[in-house]
Amino acid sequence: MNAGAVVVACIVAAALAVAIGAALGWIAARVRRDENPLVERIDALLPQSQCGQCLYPGCRPYAVAIAHGEADIDRCPPGGETTIRALARLLDREPRPVDPRYGVPQEQPIVAWIDEERCIGCARCLPACPVDAIVGASRYLHTVIANECTGCELCVPTCPVDCIELRPGARLQTGDRARRAA
Amino acid sequence: MTVAVNHAFPAGLALETHKQRALTSTILVLPPPGTAVLSLEQGFSGAVVEPVVAVGAEVAVGTPVAQPHDERATTLHSPVSGRVTAIEPRPAATVTGTATCIVIESDGRDRRDPAWRASADVESLSSAELVARLRAAGIAGLGGAAFPTATKLEAARARGARRLLLNGAECEPWICCDDALMREQAQDILHGARLMMRALEADSCVIAIEDDKPDAIAAVRAAIAATGPASGFAVQVVPAIYPQGAERQLATAVTGAEVPTAGLPADIGITCQNVATAMSVARWAREGEPCIARVVTVTGSGVAGPRNVLARIGTPLATLVDAAGGYCDTPLRLIAGGNMTGRALGSDDAGLSKAINCILVATAADLQPRLTAVELPCIRCGDCAAVCPVALLPQQLHRAALADDEAGLLAHGLWDCIDCGCCDFVCPSQIPLAHRFRIARRSLREREDTRRKAAEARERHERHERRVREAAEAERHAFEHARARARGLQSDQDRP
Repeated sequence: MNAGAVVVACIVAAALAVAIGAALGWIAARVRRDENPLVERIDALLPQSQCGQCLYPGCRPYAVAIAHGEADIDRCPPGGETTIRALARLLDREPRPVDPRYGVPQEQPIVAWIDEERCIGCARCLPACPVDAIVGASRYLHTVIANECTGCELCVPTCPVDCIELRPGARLQTGDRARRAA
Repeated sequence: MTVAVNHAFPAGLALETHKQRALTSTILVLPPPGTAVLSLEQGFSGAVVEPVVAVGAEVAVGTPVAQPHDERATTLHSPVSGRVTAIEPRPAATVTGTATCIVIESDGRDRRDPAWRASADVESLSSAELVARLRAAGIAGLGGAAFPTATKLEAARARGARRLLLNGAECEPWICCDDALMREQAQDILHGARLMMRALEADSCVIAIEDDKPDAIAAVRAAIAATGPASGFAVQVVPAIYPQGAERQLATAVTGAEVPTAGLPADIGITCQNVATAMSVARWAREGEPCIARVVTVTGSGVAGPRNVLARIGTPLATLVDAAGGYCDTPLRLIAGGNMTGRALGSDDAGLSKAINCILVATAADLQPRLTAVELPCIRCGDCAAVCPVALLPQQLHRAALADDEAGLLAHGLWDCIDCGCCDFVCPSQIPLAHRFRIARRSLREREDTRRKAAEARERHERHERRVREAAEAERHAFEHARARARGLQSDQDRP
């Protein structure tokens, strides 16, 4: 065996290592997931009301906290029993009732409603709405798009004239045929 | 009860029928009611229409009084001439038992709306125009679903169905309004069917009739013979097995093919319309009459003289019962529809809707033992699976429904259940299976809606966050820019 063959073998091996390394690096960058996939799955089960009753600033931060074991699954009053059971199944934990320190589940869905007689058009509630469900502008009457409102109540404390209240909201009904068409 | 197998779909039930008493007399034409109560929800699908008249408005027969939001409901026309006296919640034949109703007080003159006229050009209309006219006339499926005929024809044509199936099976044990119509007005039914064939661009039409209706079969055959040989019509006699009249089961009986899950009969080249709907189309074609009347069977051991009546939509059900001799014996339930798939009503003040083909005034003897019996645990005997016409396993579905197991319900084909009630009928433990499945479907739909709304809310929240972040960033940039400029000015001044 001569020295030339050894050199060639080394060069080939090195070239292969570089090529494979580059390919792997490229693939990793291509298919890299920015987020923990568990966070996505937990987030998908949360009601997305973005109300902050769990003391996290929205559903996603709460999902991150659950995924990292920093928060328990019983902090979501809007999701209620259904959400807790789904989370328990996903995470293989015991289901339990909602911790009353974070709020009491609503019997039926609620939506914000603005008393247009009293609204002064101050626009303070607009940035407070996490889902942009309030329509209005400074010195114009505001109103809530009931269909988009998640009932998070975050707009209520921002109103200087207390003209926002929460009322039972109609649940959207879709028929069999709509389901089939989808 | 025997389980018959000599038919196209699996299982089903051979039920004892009670049609003869109501068929001894011909269809009675009722005068327009003094007060018409029009529910904005015509049927049990939840599709509602929006009133286009105000309280106090003067209306005539055929004046449109309510319009649908989408293509899942039909225009409502005033069935009487007079004044709208109220638009308010009233008892109605709907899932919840009440609905907003338009109440019209009749002036007794039965004056027609000036816009009502027979279109002379009906025979020369194109398919699309015909469908549009049927929609404007508020023609709905009179077999019990009240689904807009125009929408159904359009969907069937789009999917390439070139064959019309007229449903004259009428498998519910008490209902006989279609039977009476076929016996008495077969010519008109064929006329309506011809127009629907044109709307569909269909070349043939099968009229399917159960073999326990020899008079209807003879009448329709005679009418076909009178129209001539090249009409494209044919009668198909099908076995009298419940639920032969269900759309999918009938389509299977006629074509031999199965309708795919989540598909329509149009996917196997055929579309199904009720004979009463064809009749309604014929009346519109001949006189321009919108859908303001229908034939309804008033029957049961709780009425003195069961019979079929032709009544205006909106006629209070009490008036219909009176027309059939009034209440007798001890009625236990007032049912809209038959005893298998009908729905119990809370009040006879409700008005007749397009979806009601039968008023069953049932006594204890007419009903299954269920009403007095107690529900017992499932013993897993499998009788329900043996009779299911869609070959589902109701006992497994029931288990999943009790456990609220969404995956199990879907895996066992909850959406394929046709709500026929065969499983209920044979259950030795008197478990209201079909009812449970109805509730399960409702809760699945609600959950689906909730999930969809959550996804939308998430998207809106992400957009909101992004906007807030960008605004903050823009502000910081502006601030830093200003500071840099201020510093520049400062150093300019500091220079000696």
